[in-house]
Amino acid sequence: MSTQEQLLERDSFIERSARSRARALLDPGSMRELLDPFCGIASPWLPQQGVTAQADDGVVVAKGLFDGQSTVVLAIEGAYQGGSMGEVGGAKIAGALELAAEDNRHGIPTRAVILFETGGVRLQEANLGLAAIADIQAAIVDLRRYQPVIGISAGTVGCYGGMSIAAGLCSYLVVTREARLGLNGPAVIEQEAGLAEFNSRDKPFIWSLTGGEQRYHSHLVDAYVEDDTSQIRSTLADLFQRGLPARHRSAQVDGFLARLAEVDAKVQAAPETVRSIYSKGFSA
Amino acid sequence: MSALDHKSRGAAWLAALTANAATAPSYPASVRVVDAPLAGHNARYIAVVPDPLNRFARARTGEVGLAEGWQLAQAVQEVMLLDRDVAVKRPIVAIIDVASQAYGRLEEAYGIHQALAGAAGAYAEARLAGHPVIGLIVGKAMSGAFLAHGYQANRLIALDDPQVMVHAMGKASAARITLRSVEALEALAVTVPPMAYDIRNYASLGLLWQILDVAQPDQPSSHDIALVEQSLQAALADIRLDAERGLASRLGAPNRQASQRVRELLRQQWAEEREGQGS
Repeated sequence: MSTQEQLLERDSFIERSARSRARALLDPGSMRELLDPFCGIASPWLPQQGVTAQADDGVVVAKGLFDGQSTVVLAIEGAYQGGSMGEVGGAKIAGALELAAEDNRHGIPTRAVILFETGGVRLQEANLGLAAIADIQAAIVDLRRYQPVIGISAGTVGCYGGMSIAAGLCSYLVVTREARLGLNGPAVIEQEAGLAEFNSRDKPFIWSLTGGEQRYHSHLVDAYVEDDTSQIRSTLADLFQRGLPARHRSAQVDGFLARLAEVDAKVQAAPETVRSIYSKGFSA
Repeated sequence: MSALDHKSRGAAWLAALTANAATAPSYPASVRVVDAPLAGHNARYIAVVPDPLNRFARARTGEVGLAEGWQLAQAVQEVMLLDRDVAVKRPIVAIIDVASQAYGRLEEAYGIHQALAGAAGAYAEARLAGHPVIGLIVGKAMSGAFLAHGYQANRLIALDDPQVMVHAMGKASAARITLRSVEALEALAVTVPPMAYDIRNYASLGLLWQILDVAQPDQPSSHDIALVEQSLQAALADIRLDAERGLASRLGAPNRQASQRVRELLRQQWAEEREGQGS
């Protein structure tokens, strides 16, 4: 097959909607969407601000099976309001994770996959978005005591703000070349710290520091995949097979502190330096 | 107390509540960790304070940066280890006065999101392990900094004061991202409670356990200190009596109804789905 044919054959994950991504990951025919758009639970805060409230608030809760085991996929729709977390969408993710943890306490080994396409808090619902993200973080930490919680950021929105912290709590993270993972969005850093610190229009610069490939080579994520649905699915299967990590990345405090001690904070960060320091790993 | 401490409410309240007890030595100047009693028993108090000599330049005025995130995690993990084999876990009091996370190139490059996950994860694990975690908001509780330091607490207490603020983003940046003017943003905040920056509006969301009226929030008087201590002790007793180790106590306010409704419906449909799968 020529490269062109391969491209045409490839089943892009990025081009799928959140709902279609969730369906493609779960075992065929097993998906049931909970709180679907017909339940009529939309944002109570957007209409009064002149913003259209989408009937699913941009989050799909897809319950079903993955390799025959009870799994919930929480897919954020990056195309709606930048994948931002409002009260309803945030509660859907947190609530589903809470139920998955409860399942495990009752002997049902439900697992979770989160598809992070999000700019973080929806500023139109500011404090309720932030509170929901705290709930999501709490629920990830609860659930990951029993089962791996796997995050995928495929692109092209990326994963930012409080949700990047949530991603950092996951047992495993999967990214593509199109993904970006960082706390502060480029425009916010530029606003807060100036153009010399961070140029939000310089795309190659942004990807070189926070793009999927860089994050993979800096050991801040666990798998780097093509934008290919079947590859993403098989990567997910491998990671679930691996079971819980010996120590979650967010708990590797000594290792991260040791690596940070090697950073020369007087010079501006360069992608190669980050790779060479962080590739030593974080297990103290 | 240094001259700078007078500007840091976090430092002032940390010193006041721990009777100026010594800070644990192994932490950098920006993360103050003090072991002192609460209700007569050992507790760990933690505050993030400004450090003008911070080696990370963008974390010199009280921001939660790379080092602060991991050091907070360290401070929490340490007590979890100390109490691993005892049934009654010591309380952790997060004194919250954090203007923001650190914004910078170096911060993004070295994964500040992961450092903040380290802190948030440690607090959440401590709570789940049975450590009563109390967040005391004495100044700003902003965005990622608040998520890393305090938002995972069993109970949140705040001072009722105009300088006490909770929000997801500073006003100028929030205006830029939502393509509005700062004035338009402020106008909306008047009618949309979750968008407001002040603590009264925040309290209406049901996220606070108590809101306290103190006379001198910058330099607490002995009366102020007694009031806050009383509240911390009451929160501790409330947590000890509660079997719930999650954040459910924050649900239920009229301004946060949808969060409750979503959970009720999800629970119902979750059970129906299980019956459908026959598992």
